[in-house]
Amino acid sequence: MKNGSLKHATILGVFCLGFGLVLAVTDRLTVGAIKERAMEDRLASLAQVIPAAIHDNNPVTDAIAMKDGQGEELTIYRAMKAGRVTGVAYEVHGIGYGGPIKLMLGLDPEGHILGVRVTAHKETPGLGDKVEEKKSGWILKFTGLFLGNPPADQWKVKKDGGYFDQFSGATITPRGVVGAVRGGLEFFAANKAKMMEVK
Amino acid sequence: MATEYRRIVKDGLWDNNGVLSMLLGMCPTMAMTTSATNGLGMGLATAAVMAASGLLVAMFRDKITQEVRIPVYILIVASMVTLVDLMMNAWMHELYKVLGLFIALIVSNCLPLARLEAFASKEPVLKSLADGVFMGLGFTLALTAIGAVREIIGSGTLFADASLLLGPGFKFLEMRFLPENTGVLVMILPPGGFLVAGLLVVVKRIFDVRAGKAIQMGGAHSAA
Repeated sequence: MKNGSLKHATILGVFCLGFGLVLAVTDRLTVGAIKERAMEDRLASLAQVIPAAIHDNNPVTDAIAMKDGQGEELTIYRAMKAGRVTGVAYEVHGIGYGGPIKLMLGLDPEGHILGVRVTAHKETPGLGDKVEEKKSGWILKFTGLFLGNPPADQWKVKKDGGYFDQFSGATITPRGVVGAVRGGLEFFAANKAKMMEVK
Repeated sequence: MATEYRRIVKDGLWDNNGVLSMLLGMCPTMAMTTSATNGLGMGLATAAVMAASGLLVAMFRDKITQEVRIPVYILIVASMVTLVDLMMNAWMHELYKVLGLFIALIVSNCLPLARLEAFASKEPVLKSLADGVFMGLGFTLALTAIGAVREIIGSGTLFADASLLLGPGFKFLEMRFLPENTGVLVMILPPGGFLVAGLLVVVKRIFDVRAGKAIQMGGAHSAA
């Protein structure tokens, strides 16, 4: 019995070791390429909220870290041209019908919206997912707006007495998105100096 | 010899189909069949993992003792899934962006494990490889069929975004049957998955009965 257990343990151990080695080697071989791909993906998603024409740097390498309203770490991607910050982009969160909605918000130095895109959500297909750019143009209507146009107290969906359209059959999702964008704009207003600072 | 392989092909694709006969792998089946393209992608990734793990288990079948076989099988399946995940992420990134979410789900699929236990642990290497390939393709077939029905009724399209998965040459597969936003939404929500999968199981059983075959049920361990 004792010898039997030892034998089984050895077999299992050898398989664990063998496949562990294979995985470790594969990880070493792929880790560089995976990092490059992740950087490309991030730049591609940033390119949607920061126009390529306004910067000549890599916004990912020129990013700074800040604390958001809840004290969480937040990465501020910064577009720069000729040593000046020409735009910033950062992630904002809203609460939708199916959980958190993550958005990337791009702003120019005056706090005007350059673009907003949903990066992750779990909203109902066919209803709430119209906040995705490829499903409808709704999210594009934010471009050019700022706190003041519409006025701060109008940054709500129409159903709540605000400026923004909701979708038929889905109010909670747009409400979450509008709230998140408004929160992002307020964050910018409060932290503008730090975001524009170039060392 | 040839008849043995014909048996493996027929079993995998139809007679003993992983989803429609054995009702295995229902977690990825429900989750990934919101469109035909998703079903196809999930199916092909699963087939690759099943072929590789079938081959490995058959190679080592004399070394793996009865007592530790299940952990070893799980180890092999999980390692294959991780390998596929890493390599696709690094070198087939466009495909990975479409399939990435599904890959890890293969571990939660009991079909690969069932085939290792029922087939690869007893049969030679080549036959086990063939079993993995054709059971995997049968899985692909079922998922694509369920996905196609759900997509046509739910979104009014068929094979939407297939060119992202298979390359620009497959753009011709993408079809639209209903105007946008007119689909029956419930079909792409979870209940639709159960409805369509159930109906397709019924359809397969009708064919089986017509062909005079006894209905196989829960046949994970039935003769392969």
